[in-house]
Amino acid sequence: MTGLHLSALTVRRGADTLVSLNTIVAPGEVLTIMGPSGSGKSTLLAAIIGTLQPAFTLHGQIVLNGHDVSHLPTRARRIGLLFQDDILFPHLSVAGNLAFALPPDGASRALRMARVDQALEEAGLAGFGPRDPATLSGGQRARVALMRTLLAAPAALLLDEPFSRLDATLRHQIRGFVLDTARAKGLPVILVTHDASDAAAAGGRVLSPMGQPL
Amino acid sequence: MIQTRGGLLRFAPHVTLTLMAGPVLAGLTGTLIPALGLMGGAPFASLLAWPGLSRAAMLSLTTGLAATALSLAMVLLILAALQGTAALRVLLRLLSPLLSVPHAAAALGLAFLISPSGWIARALSPWATGWTAPPDLLILNDPAGLALIAGLVAKEVPFLLLMALAALPQTDAARRLLLAQTLGRGQVMAFVTVVLPVLYGQLRLPVYAVLAYAMTVVDMAVILGPSRPPTLSVQVVDWMMDPGLAQRSTAAAGAVLQLALVVGAVVLWRGVERLTRLALRRMAEAGWRGVPLDAALRPVAIVAAGLVTAALIVGLAGLALWSLAGLWTFPEALPASLTLQTWLRASDGLWATAGVTLALAVLATGAALALVLACLEAEHRHGLTPTSRALWLLYLPLVIPQVAFLPGLQGFALMLGLDGSLLAVAAAHLVFVLPYVFLSLSPAWRAWDGRVATAGASLGASDARILWRLRLPMLLRAILTAAAVGVAVSVGQYLPTLLIGGGRVETLTTEAVALSSGGNRRLIGATALLQMALPAVVFALAVLIPGLAFRHRRGMGPAT
Repeated sequence: MTGLHLSALTVRRGADTLVSLNTIVAPGEVLTIMGPSGSGKSTLLAAIIGTLQPAFTLHGQIVLNGHDVSHLPTRARRIGLLFQDDILFPHLSVAGNLAFALPPDGASRALRMARVDQALEEAGLAGFGPRDPATLSGGQRARVALMRTLLAAPAALLLDEPFSRLDATLRHQIRGFVLDTARAKGLPVILVTHDASDAAAAGGRVLSPMGQPL
Repeated sequence: MIQTRGGLLRFAPHVTLTLMAGPVLAGLTGTLIPALGLMGGAPFASLLAWPGLSRAAMLSLTTGLAATALSLAMVLLILAALQGTAALRVLLRLLSPLLSVPHAAAALGLAFLISPSGWIARALSPWATGWTAPPDLLILNDPAGLALIAGLVAKEVPFLLLMALAALPQTDAARRLLLAQTLGRGQVMAFVTVVLPVLYGQLRLPVYAVLAYAMTVVDMAVILGPSRPPTLSVQVVDWMMDPGLAQRSTAAAGAVLQLALVVGAVVLWRGVERLTRLALRRMAEAGWRGVPLDAALRPVAIVAAGLVTAALIVGLAGLALWSLAGLWTFPEALPASLTLQTWLRASDGLWATAGVTLALAVLATGAALALVLACLEAEHRHGLTPTSRALWLLYLPLVIPQVAFLPGLQGFALMLGLDGSLLAVAAAHLVFVLPYVFLSLSPAWRAWDGRVATAGASLGASDARILWRLRLPMLLRAILTAAAVGVAVSVGQYLPTLLIGGGRVETLTTEAVALSSGGNRRLIGATALLQMALPAVVFALAVLIPGLAFRHRRGMGPAT
């Protein structure tokens, strides 16, 4: 079974149920989770990437391409994450940031750098490798952050309001780039947002953290 | 009138920096003049003629570099492997109060623990070791300086750990670690590749301060270090205190050499920093996940943290026990009886010394607080921002070794007839107290919610009224904590008290170090315990007073 299966997934804190979802996100599908702040969106994200605080209890399973990842540590889940901010590592070059994500597969340094260059080209940033990330524009940074996430070869993608800091034109453009790229790679995507225009652009199902269709 | 006062306040940062950097630079000049033979004699020739020189200089380098590298490595290991675990929280709760323990007390506690007749040997004898008398082993004052390194590490790990924890939030560490983990990194590898390079930028100055301190420390080296020859700084002080004054220029030459060694060590350290940075970048780009490191390093980190904490706590407990011990013969693990004899017999002298110690601490800390508050308020009212050069000047008294500039400063004090006075010693303490008070208070000061001031001003309050009625009371907790830090720093000062006091101003610290060469463990225990208790009481007050003053104000509780 392929895709990201949230199987009877509930998260509780004390008596409150914050998240309750039972759904499958197919490869290439974008599921949008929408709700105001405090509605359990960040709890859901923490549950899926495996950083829930001990005060929360999780029931059900997170199954990725047939493997139950519910009890794996974050690093072993193979779920890519894009934050609100790009969080490029300021001490590494643009290429260094991308190389950071490449799995250590024994390839030579030259081969790894070739793959980094290829990713930069895909993002329309050919030749940006040696640049200091601080000299990039907001849109360029957002694209580098996405390529970095994808180079780690994730099996699913989580988007944590990644467009909310961008201005209107850039937002449109980056959103299209991210969603198109994810669809082209056949990744199941969960987009968490409080913005209806993001949901509309994603075009797929829209649910609340409690599983109600919106 | 108000205009004038505002005008004066504007100069507070300059006055403060002058008061700190001035003595350092004057002292360095005062050391350099006799060292160059301008006061007669051939100082460097007589320094070179001392047969122990190369060994003493080497000891300064090896003990300082080893202690700094080991402390930093342990702190980074603890942070990398124990991030977010309950073990780290327990460790912090234990280590934070231990930060105020003076170096001399920590050294004496360790000495009581590891010496051939110390608590460890007693606990293992005779059943495990067969010893019925203290063995003839050079565990303490060993010629390689291992005991000194251990003492330094025990004191500097808490310091660097708390500095690192204060800097961590500014590095966006939590999100970076998470991101690196979603990219497949183990916890330790994530820390080392994406947090450390940024964190280290914030830690650099404290690390240099530790390096300079560890290479030149005198009180700990007298208690724990080798003696024939001692480390260079101890020998310099020996020459300084020579009653004949003939050795002063030799001491000055030694101080200059010591400074050169520190500069050399910092340059060497910078080189290693650069190579490490390069290696870390390569490691990040090579994509190593380092997942097995987590399981392998976590126990190592716990053992390292446990050893440091235990050495400090058990050592201090040993001091307390000795001060109350009746008869306590060698292989016994515990004294045969407890008595207040030591405290009662030594009380007059002890309390008088404690009084002097406290007076110095109050004078130096009061002055430091006034200056720091003036600086911060000037920064706020006049929109000044501290430059990185100002920050370096602030660290100057912490990075330039005391032994390099205090001899020169003592020369000036002698010329002016100020040496040996309480005020002169307090002024010397101020040089070292002020940076710590500033570092302790400024984050809380700057983090204060400026909207309160706006609200006050919109109600017609003047700047002064906002300061006295709003900002200072709201920051009471932070101010008292900074004051407690100042008192702890002042109480711990050894060399300024000894040199500027000309041996005539006795504090618990100079007394404890002087006693350490003798065999009166009960009196050493009592003195060191009191030396440790003084800052501890002030820290307790810094917690209690705001709690009492704001007991009906839930919004004024400690930040947790």
